[in-house]
Amino acid sequence: MSTLIFFEHKNDNISIASLHAVTAAKQIGGDVVALIAGSSCTPAAEAAAKVPYVSKVIKIDSKEYEHLMPENLAILIARIAANSYSHVLAAATSMGKNIMPRVAALLDVAQVSEIVEVINENTFVRPIYAGNALATVQSLDAIKVVTVRSTNFDAVATTGGSAKIENNNGEGDTGLSKFVSTQQSNVDRPDLLSAKVIVSGGRGMQNGANFKMLEEIADKLGGAVGATRAAVDAGFLSNEYQIGQTGKVVAPDLYIAVGISGAIQHLAGMKNSKVIVAINNDEDAPIFKIADYCLVGDLFKVLPELKASLDNL
Amino acid sequence: MKVIVSVKRVVNHNVKIRIKADQSGVDLTNVKMSMNPFDEIAVEEAIRLKEAGKASEIIAVSIGPIQAQETIRTALAMGADRGIHVINDIEIEPITIAKILKSIVEKINSTICFFGKQAIDDDCNQTGQMLSALLGWSQATFVSRIEINDNEVTVNREIDGGLETIKVNTPVVITTDLRLNEPRFVSLPNIIKAKKKTIDQIMLSDLGINLSSHLKTIKVVEPPERKSGIKVANVCELLSKLKNEAKVI
Ligand SMILES: Cc1cc2nc3c(=O)[nH]c(=O)nc-3n(C[C@H](O)[C@H](O)[C@H](O)COP(=O)(O)OP(=O)(O)OC[C@H]3O[C@@H](n4cnc5c(N)ncnc54)[C@H](O)[C@@H]3O)c2cc1C
Ligand SMILES: Nc1ncnc2c1ncn2[C@@H]1O[C@H](COP(=O)(O)O)[C@@H](O)[C@H]1O
Repeated sequence: MSTLIFFEHKNDNISIASLHAVTAAKQIGGDVVALIAGSSCTPAAEAAAKVPYVSKVIKIDSKEYEHLMPENLAILIARIAANSYSHVLAAATSMGKNIMPRVAALLDVAQVSEIVEVINENTFVRPIYAGNALATVQSLDAIKVVTVRSTNFDAVATTGGSAKIENNNGEGDTGLSKFVSTQQSNVDRPDLLSAKVIVSGGRGMQNGANFKMLEEIADKLGGAVGATRAAVDAGFLSNEYQIGQTGKVVAPDLYIAVGISGAIQHLAGMKNSKVIVAINNDEDAPIFKIADYCLVGDLFKVLPELKASLDNL
Repeated sequence: MKVIVSVKRVVNHNVKIRIKADQSGVDLTNVKMSMNPFDEIAVEEAIRLKEAGKASEIIAVSIGPIQAQETIRTALAMGADRGIHVINDIEIEPITIAKILKSIVEKINSTICFFGKQAIDDDCNQTGQMLSALLGWSQATFVSRIEINDNEVTVNREIDGGLETIKVNTPVVITTDLRLNEPRFVSLPNIIKAKKKTIDQIMLSDLGINLSSHLKTIKVVEPPERKSGIKVANVCELLSKLKNEAKVI
């Protein structure tokens, strides 16, 4: 048994999300091999070689993988996987979701999406219906293609391993797609997926400027800011802040939901947080059913008080 | 340019689902069903392409039980030209759905296939990418903006870090994200008009596709429930609880 993990990276470093997938691979058992395909990606391959439990890094350093486009990568991953692997894993990030079903189709196997638990080498638990049900599924395929939900598997360390790096060849450019650009908001706050504290706002915040209040509180607590779909759709914040069934799934130690009603699609993305605080002026808001600490009140009164109290803490 | 839109009949997004007592799955008896919300966005985008003079015909395809015809009718009422219904009563996985759609795409010779990014019942987020791989086409997933010029399509994709812009060649599979558009409401006259549009029915067994399962569902259970919390009177009490009881600040 051996697992090939598609490692996400930016050529000069590796993504934390893949470190969570290593934990899932470890639970499956057998060898763990990291695949780094990129362009001038030696630093990423060297970083992957230091990751504990990784016994080998397969490096494919070739122009056509510079931007990790799915059409090119899937052919490569499928070719390498078909040789000698029982499992192919990736983190269930937007990149993993983009590429892995393509790999599965080329291998003529199913994909098990966003697992939250490994039962044994071929049986996994995954959420369905926005997390309102948990399905235990057994894969009958010879090669199991699986994506891993990061919040349910701890990240392994970035040091301690000493894998050998093996070079492999690329498959050439399919020419099917071309990267143009990314527009990423560069904030100094921690990433939503790894933040210990998230202060999240909904439609109740009324406008984007009011999110400043949440940012100030997040900064006091060393946390990140999140939002509901309603808040994102209204243009208060951009899409990468959305938490929920179709946004990001988070599980911080502390989640503070402000002016959020608690629709099931939002709960799908945050209800595994350790401690949930809800601030809402509607006593009957569904968010209060899952919150640990419920504060009924007008957020425009509560937030300034909260900030002032944190200043004095 | 012919456009295929794939539409799935799923439990309505407002329904609180029930799990069967024998843990074999979700109980769908007498539950309100609707078109997958992402597929409505896919249909809307296809119609806008046609209105812009860029698409010649829109074909809505659904694979599912006899009632999936209603989902196709909804797409026709929104503005799709005709439907194809692959009748099937067994549970099949995205890889098999993708193979069925491949056989249909090849017959129709379409240039763009619109998919929802994910079905809100199985939450798989796979089928569009799989079809694209099987056809050897380009793919543009989680798309929130589309611009078409001849054989080149420029899209914005919603990714974890923000937005990504890519250019893809046609033919292409496009999967829609929520912010691509606001689907139109269907008017009564359009519902009546849709009744006259044709839906071709195909029996799944006639397509000669290998239907052996790749996955076996062992059980479906409810997630552990959170125990209900407590009310705090004010900010002061909240902070003291977070500090001394929950120990998270
Ligand atoms: C297919 C699909 C996918 C979806 N995916 C997601 C997803 O990923 N993430 C997501 O979040 N949603 C998602 N949704 C949308 C979801 O159903 C809800 O519409 C959304 O979560 C509601 O956001 P909200 O709580 O901000 O807004 P609302 O439901 O409008 O709630 C606003 C809340 O603010 C409170 N409030 C107002 N003013 C104040 C005040 N002054 N002080 C205190 N409280 C106040 C109100 O009492 C209310 O409870 C999805 C929906 C569909 C159909
Ligand atoms: N049975 C089906 N009939 C038609 N389209 C489907 C079907 N299953 C999946 N799809 C399409 O594939 C998309 C993604 O589904 P999934 O991969 O199951 O999350 C959906 O939004 C639909 O557009």
